[in-house]
Amino acid sequence: MKVKKGIPVIDQGDRLGFWGGKFGGNFVPETLKKPIEDLEIQFNKLKNDKNFIKERDNYFENWIGTPTRFIKLNNLTKHVGGAQIWSKVVSDANGGAHKIYNATVHCLLAKRSGKKVIIGDTGAGYAGKMLSMAAKKFGLKCKIFMGAKDIKRQQPNVKAMKKNGADVIPVYSGSQTLVDAVSECMRYWVANCDTTAMCVGSTVGPAIFVRICGWSTSQISRELKDQLINEFGEVPKKLKLYNCVGGGSSSFGFWNEFMDYSKKQVEFIGVEAGGPKNSKKHAAPLTYGSKIGILHGAAQYVNQNSDGQIEETESISAGLDYPGVSPLHCFLKDTKRARYTAASDEEALKAYQIVTKYENLRPSLEPSHAFSVAIKEAKKLSKDTIVIINSCGDAYKDRGILEKKLGKKYVKSN
Amino acid sequence: MLNPINLAFKNAKKEKRPALLTYTVAGDSSKKQSLEILKAISNYADILEVGVPHNTPVADGGQIQTSAYRSIKNGIKMNDIFKIVSDFKKSKNSKPVIFMGYYNMIFQYGENNFLKKCKKSGVNGLIVVDLPWPENKIFSKKCKKNSINFIQLLSPTTSNKRLKSITKDSHDMIYYISMLSTTGGKLKVSPKKILANYNKIKKINPNKNCVIGFGITEKTISKFKNTDGLVVGSQICKEITRSLNNRQNPVINVSKIVSKLRKKIS
Ligand SMILES: Cc1ncc(COP(=O)(O)O)c(C=O)c1O
Repeated sequence: MKVKKGIPVIDQGDRLGFWGGKFGGNFVPETLKKPIEDLEIQFNKLKNDKNFIKERDNYFENWIGTPTRFIKLNNLTKHVGGAQIWSKVVSDANGGAHKIYNATVHCLLAKRSGKKVIIGDTGAGYAGKMLSMAAKKFGLKCKIFMGAKDIKRQQPNVKAMKKNGADVIPVYSGSQTLVDAVSECMRYWVANCDTTAMCVGSTVGPAIFVRICGWSTSQISRELKDQLINEFGEVPKKLKLYNCVGGGSSSFGFWNEFMDYSKKQVEFIGVEAGGPKNSKKHAAPLTYGSKIGILHGAAQYVNQNSDGQIEETESISAGLDYPGVSPLHCFLKDTKRARYTAASDEEALKAYQIVTKYENLRPSLEPSHAFSVAIKEAKKLSKDTIVIINSCGDAYKDRGILEKKLGKKYVKSN
Repeated sequence: MLNPINLAFKNAKKEKRPALLTYTVAGDSSKKQSLEILKAISNYADILEVGVPHNTPVADGGQIQTSAYRSIKNGIKMNDIFKIVSDFKKSKNSKPVIFMGYYNMIFQYGENNFLKKCKKSGVNGLIVVDLPWPENKIFSKKCKKNSINFIQLLSPTTSNKRLKSITKDSHDMIYYISMLSTTGGKLKVSPKKILANYNKIKKINPNKNCVIGFGITEKTISKFKNTDGLVVGSQICKEITRSLNNRQNPVINVSKIVSKLRKKIS
């Protein structure tokens, strides 16, 4: 299994949509074959269509706001005392997270295919919030499926969705988190695919959704590459890119443009959610050696029991609280192009405290996982190593959890 | 020799009625009770679909989800499900059994092991909801080699070209999903339209036994008398839930419903 050079990774799947011959695919009910095929045809055509790219870039620039900042974290660098620590502040994007890229592209596609309604899943609430924003912008009706547990813990984003006119549909089945929200959303699509477009909130789901999402978030690394060349005159010789991995959309987008560099020059480090320190449950299938299984239409490493029932996860971060992971990351893991590790709930909280103490930056709990590992590793790295963390979400949505765990002073600036 | 599924259709045809297929979830509400239910409804149904419960079902509506979660919560395992079938097959008026489930359960068991075990316990056919054509080509061939019917699904969104290819690759029985819906949805398409699609499929190959499922209940079943077979699932699962809530015996209540269904098409 190998990553091919010169071909976008999203296009390296085989005829049936499998990366490396075994990750991804289309394990879907017959009813969805047709809408998926329609979407494939549409996307394959439009991704090479100059007018469509222009339209996309126009919205990215003038509505989402590109580029997001690339900043040096001077105080943190000094405090850690090792590599130079930088951040790509993707939470600058309209709405406060990377989920806006995928949501915008899906709405553009839905609009062109004449659909009037768009549906989506959400965990942290960002994917839902962004889809509700984009739907409003493009005049589409919007329905968001969200686990009842997540509705409780991510209220600021729920309020935003409702304000944008979206229907937020609570999902009470199973663990009442993201995994159940995605299942319910897919079920709704099965029953309404003739009139309704579906947006999957990360690089997961049937192959076409993995591809569209990865294509959309790749905006992050396109910008970063330019910013690096502006700053250093070249892509640095020792570059390390840290990103949290839930489904894997922000990390994939953060890395895509650097895929063809050697991993000695540009290393990718994906940080999964290890869950509470003292709990057996986690959301880190790549780190803890979960077996390959089928979840939401795709083959992937996924937490499951020996029978194939999907196991419950646990993480302080709703956005990472998912038992599976993108087929793209399974592929990058098995080809050894990327390295994966995990941070616990406690470690993420600690990292959040450190970052907010030294910098004027408030990463949400998801990127705090990446900060945790980056800070630990940066200590041991040389001063000419450039460590970059994708700060892909803003902590505003987490204020309730942060206040409970750390006390009021950590949220007062909100 | 006719395989048991084909034989069941043939017998129904002799009586000039569609075959009645029921769907219940293995282990709902307990291993013992689900076996009793199978035995009881065998008196009226021709083919029994046994649902293999999965906890991330992407095509099942509320009623079947409830049954599946109930069964999983009670600790049902794949091997228990095989045991239920083999026990059922030992009973005196057992009927052909079709497993209906999601591919991950087969994948984790190992395709070959799974089929071996199916054969041993007396499973006659498989419906794998999330293994569509052409992804299922290799597995369906394996099934055939093991004399197990792989049942292809067709839906209102299936193009004519696909209808032909899928029918060609199908075994004795095919399953037409009546409408865009998860299981348990209300019939939202007119029977006339459903039957028109059904006839289109029959024209492609009249020898394949084609059943219609989704939205078939006591209320709607008699509108589809001129078909090869009809599947009732959610109404039965709902009845189990209702019986449990009212502290009644699901075995008795479910067999009453199945007997009524049978009368409506006889
Ligand atoms: C801020 C943030 N980061 C990361 C994630 C995880 O998703 P992904 O791995 O697809 O980027 C989410 C998901 O909701 C999120 O909101």
